Amino acid sequence: MTAARTEAVAVGASAGALEALSVVLPRLPAGYPLPVLVVVHLPPDRDSLMVGLLGDSCRLPVREAQDKEPIEPGTIYFAPPDYHLLVEPDRRLSLSGEEPVLFSRPSIDVLFETAAETYGAGLAGVVLTGANGDGARGLRAIRQAGGTALVQRPETAAAAAMPLAALDACPDAVALTLEEIAEYLRGMVPPR
Amino acid sequence: MSESVEDVEFRLLLEAVFRKYHYDFRGYSRASLKRRLRQARERMGCATFSQVQDRVLHDATAFPELLTFLTVQVSELFRDPDYFRAVREKVVPYLRTYPSLKVWVAGCGAGEEVYSLAVLFREEGLEERTMIYGTDISSQALRRAEAGVYGLDRLALFTENHRRSGGKSSLSDYYTAAYGGAVFDKDLRRRVVFSDHSLATDQVFAEVQFVSCRNVLIYFDRPLQDRALGLFGDSLSRQGFLGLGAKESLRFSSRADAFETFDREARIYRKRGEA
Repeated sequence: MTAARTEAVAVGASAGALEALSVVLPRLPAGYPLPVLVVVHLPPDRDSLMVGLLGDSCRLPVREAQDKEPIEPGTIYFAPPDYHLLVEPDRRLSLSGEEPVLFSRPSIDVLFETAAETYGAGLAGVVLTGANGDGARGLRAIRQAGGTALVQRPETAAAAAMPLAALDACPDAVALTLEEIAEYLRGMVPPR
Repeated sequence: MSESVEDVEFRLLLEAVFRKYHYDFRGYSRASLKRRLRQARERMGCATFSQVQDRVLHDATAFPELLTFLTVQVSELFRDPDYFRAVREKVVPYLRTYPSLKVWVAGCGAGEEVYSLAVLFREEGLEERTMIYGTDISSQALRRAEAGVYGLDRLALFTENHRRSGGKSSLSDYYTAAYGGAVFDKDLRRRVVFSDHSLATDQVFAEVQFVSCRNVLIYFDRPLQDRALGLFGDSLSRQGFLGLGAKESLRFSSRADAFETFDREARIYRKRGEA
């Protein structure tokens, strides 16, 4: 898809997110060099459960993203509930309380679009299960910047709408099962 | 990597806005500001930031429109009830020991937090000795704050937030429903001053015991965050309190040493006393 070296992974998931992420993220090996930025739609008043739920099963450190923190390699960052997660040009994370986008805050599109701007062809975007259209526009932005677009195969998703919307917006995205997505992400970095 | 043409235009637009209108957005977080400026560009029917700049420099009516995109005005009364509960249960006991109090709500937007604190201070019996300063760079937001009118559709949320913050009265005691809006009691504003103030360009204006600045610093880059925190440090009396937003911290700031953590969960800090 592209010859550029991948420098970061951005993942978006909604309905069925926990189950899907529980397949993908724990399959990333210890020492995996890329940062993984994740937006999951959650009710706004909940604490980020994902960090607690996935932290134990992942071999990479899992954290809630903090405003203005430098993006560290080999770390999984979750957007906090009720805040957009953005990537700054100097490769720091930032948070924002701006209006929801497509009724979502955090918004997958906002993460994908700002990450695409910073990483360009060095970004891989992944759209997983979900019952809305968030992520489609952002995935297209990633492709337009020369990055890699992966989508969970709709028929394997707990909710197919989001993968379908992403494939609609981004017909050349690679559609894969969750296990294949994990394998693809592992293969994007040179073996150690 | 060389700067894209759009990035060049983006910087020039911010420079033009600063030189002509003295609003300084040059230290704002880039990613979010750029998103908002692109929305403005689209809404203004411009193809490029250069066109936006041309419009803003030569058409005085275009700037207020642009400014509404540049300033984020989304809040709630008693947003993050746990914060207000911590203010009520942990900060107020200290504030009670002062004969007179000044509170600064920096970046008050449309006034939601000012009214929240006005209600809280009344419930705690501190209203008569307290002045609350609500400041913002947006005159449009300040006019909304002065009016104190919020959509009725938001009242259920505000009421629930207030209850969860440990509210001792009924929020409905403080507003009147009229014309589809909830009008907050003018009496709550007796001890409130709304004023234009920029954390990017203005200086300290009063000595205060409590600064509440929530979900403002996230829109600033680190140097501007440090400037704002410097103002708060200079404005606060010894051992004064600083409240930040639920996802804000002093962790990545060079000003962190001036403060100590008072309540980690609620993001409340305290200015260190002199050595």
